[in-house]
Amino acid sequence: MGRRICCRPRPLNLMLGILASIIDGVLVGLVYGLAAMGLTLIWGVMDVINLTHGTMVVAGMMGLYLLVNALGISPYLTLPPVLIGGFFVGVALYWIAIHRMVGRPPLMSLLSTFSVNLILIGIGTAVWGTALFNVEVSLPGFSLGRYTFPGAHILAAVLAAVIAAALYFFLHYTRIGKALRAVANNREAAELVGIPTTRLLAIAVGTGVALAGVAGVLIGTLFPFTILSGDGYQLKGFIVTVLGGFGNPVGALLGGIALGVLEGAVTPFVPVSWTLVIEFALFVLVLIAFPNGIFASRRGAL
Amino acid sequence: MSAAPLLALDRVSKRFGGLQAVNNLSFAIQPGEILGLIGPNGAGKSTLFNLINGVFAPNTGRIMFDGIDITGAKPFAVARHGLARTHQIVQPLTNMTVFENCTVGACFGKDNKPLAAAREAAEAAIVLTGLDDRRDMLALHLTIAGKKRLELARALAAEPKLLLLDEVLAGLNPTEVEHMIGVIRKIRDSGVTILIIEHLMQVIMNLSDRIVVLNYGEKLAEGVPADVARDPQVIEAYLGDPKLAAELEGQA
Amino acid sequence: MLRRPFFWIIALVIAAFAGLPAIGNDVELRESLVLACVYITLASNLNLMLGYAGYINFGSIVFFGLGGYICVWLIYSHDWPLVWSLLAAGAGVSGLALVFGLGILRLRGAFFALSTIGIVEGVQAFAENFTPWGGSSGIYISPQVFLPLGGSARALWVIYFALVATMGASLYLSYFVKTSKFGLGLLAIGQNEDAAAILGVPTPRYKALAYSASAFLPAIAGGLYFFKSAFIQPSDAFDLTLSTEAIVICMLGGQGTVTGVALGAFLYEQLRGYLLTSSTFANFQLTIAGVLLLLIVLFFPAGLMGFIYSRVPAAKKVLE
Repeated sequence: MGRRICCRPRPLNLMLGILASIIDGVLVGLVYGLAAMGLTLIWGVMDVINLTHGTMVVAGMMGLYLLVNALGISPYLTLPPVLIGGFFVGVALYWIAIHRMVGRPPLMSLLSTFSVNLILIGIGTAVWGTALFNVEVSLPGFSLGRYTFPGAHILAAVLAAVIAAALYFFLHYTRIGKALRAVANNREAAELVGIPTTRLLAIAVGTGVALAGVAGVLIGTLFPFTILSGDGYQLKGFIVTVLGGFGNPVGALLGGIALGVLEGAVTPFVPVSWTLVIEFALFVLVLIAFPNGIFASRRGAL
Repeated sequence: MSAAPLLALDRVSKRFGGLQAVNNLSFAIQPGEILGLIGPNGAGKSTLFNLINGVFAPNTGRIMFDGIDITGAKPFAVARHGLARTHQIVQPLTNMTVFENCTVGACFGKDNKPLAAAREAAEAAIVLTGLDDRRDMLALHLTIAGKKRLELARALAAEPKLLLLDEVLAGLNPTEVEHMIGVIRKIRDSGVTILIIEHLMQVIMNLSDRIVVLNYGEKLAEGVPADVARDPQVIEAYLGDPKLAAELEGQA
Repeated sequence: MLRRPFFWIIALVIAAFAGLPAIGNDVELRESLVLACVYITLASNLNLMLGYAGYINFGSIVFFGLGGYICVWLIYSHDWPLVWSLLAAGAGVSGLALVFGLGILRLRGAFFALSTIGIVEGVQAFAENFTPWGGSSGIYISPQVFLPLGGSARALWVIYFALVATMGASLYLSYFVKTSKFGLGLLAIGQNEDAAAILGVPTPRYKALAYSASAFLPAIAGGLYFFKSAFIQPSDAFDLTLSTEAIVICMLGGQGTVTGVALGAFLYEQLRGYLLTSSTFANFQLTIAGVLLLLIVLFFPAGLMGFIYSRVPAAKKVLE
């Protein structure tokens, strides 16, 4: 992850170092929360777990990389095209893999999104292999004593919060958003009052994938990535969703912060390859204790 | 009538968040009787079934089945003690045949039967409920009436001591209702005790030896159908129409 | 049991696998059948969870890889003979599966599926950092270990027959389970777990048993496979591709059927062989697997056997 704490491990230094790491974790965590929002939205609206989620995040990262290198624009200007492109990709994903699975056993939608993921990763690795991509973002950071918080982290966190707020506004104050929440709550009742549920399910998936792509852009400004990086972010997405409640965007943001804090506290002490394993073990343990997530909101609530 | 009760509930309560679904409920069922459970919608009847067969654990109180404390026991443990139930919203094992569905019921009931014996019990249950013409049909292809019969056949195949019937007549036409009533009587005659929830007033008043009336999760009245039909509190809360009450009294 | 034709059909398949290469001393055929044996073993055992109980195990490779590691390590570090190493690998991995299973099987379908991936990642991370197992470089065993088996050439035949036996055992296991009371309970769980519990099926115990049972033979297959290669490393042992392919095979052939899995494995292997030799498709192995799986899930969820049964209903009486 690239966060270093300074110097000699005198207790105070260590404490401050961990604190800095944690604060940085909050910043990054906001972005994780955004990454999870797409997953939790689709989950909340139609009880489908989108196993292409991680790959869609990577698609966002690749979008960032390709647009920046081809057009030379600021990384942050890639957000609108990725958002829009992601939406259409999501709608396509709905029609290809999810539409026929609605109402079938959950096993089937898992397998269908899993297979699309295989296809995407297969194509992605065939074209780009396992090359490491990096997008250079140089922004003035914020320094406090000998600890610096990279400008990219701060801006990404701010943008994540803004986008999350926009999503909240969309869900609670627009007609489509309210219709989505209705469908999430009780699909049959929503149909009975005349809501075109199929169209809305497609919109939900489109929005979910768009959010994943946008999160990918922001993460791409923070860390280098490969085509295969998606797995890790998908896992983080699941952890955040479990922590924050299914179908709950605000919870996703909070869960993301919690995860970021956890990472901040743990990464100074543990070799990188174990971070994911620890997060994973935590995920399983939390689920065993709270099978419906920690903030077990009424299922279907958005 | 002084034999030990087969099922006894002692001050059972269950709350879901802000809703007190069942409140301090106590009653007992004697072996061999048909006990009818009535009450307006939302009175807590299905919740009660879920408490008895282990889907939820009660917050307070005890449930004794055949002398064994089954309070909070898991559904499969309760089934092992000899209790079977049908569901208001049918729960068939969709891609298995009628026969296979019943075999599952027969295998995992109180006798823990091996496959061969279970198949015989399943066969008997299928014949009793009149499903033999659809024996090898997949459950998903049955009509709603067929699925209701399957619920019953599957529960019977386990040869339970106590059978919980949850609105097994709902959605059936009069002929089908008649047939089911006959089946239920035959089941009781074969030695099975029955606790039945039903909305068809005439049917349940006729069928039951005794009635328990629930309202807002509490016991409103208990007794033989004739007494319950005359009980002013019941009439007020549920039957509503004094003339209907008199009619039923005349029939009981 | 001996009277049922299917029992003999399986016996015939085993005989074919063992006999055909042996008759002509056809080493090339034998080598191509090795992978088929592995696929059939993995997919048949996966079927216990996927096809019967309806739980997707994305990470079934962990049984194969961990079994390989335990077996190879016992031979390499402790000079155990092959048979005991294999049995220890099988028992060890089954035991671990039982323990882990009791935990993760409490999770609802999708979470269980995800946690199986996590287990693979966890075990792989462990293997990469565990020095007695050679860390990320793995373990090499010297060809000396083949001497007790009669030398390298003969050893390869012995290992092959052992693999065929493992495959045969897997087919018989999934057949016996399917026709047993235990299998009936699993199938009920797969249809409607809550209803099954209410009917008296002891769901936690049955799921854990199925998960643990589905680990034993793949672990032994892993032990044989890596012993044969005389080399094991984490990236090979825990490659999710193999378990993904096992899922595709189950779905292709018809999840929940015994014949389907064997057919599916055979077909998939042919397809894969063709793709690997074709220059256009060599890189697209996973993509093609994905396309295949998607088509099956969308249009032919009952797989090949579903298609066969719909055309020839009488087949259901003979095949499982």
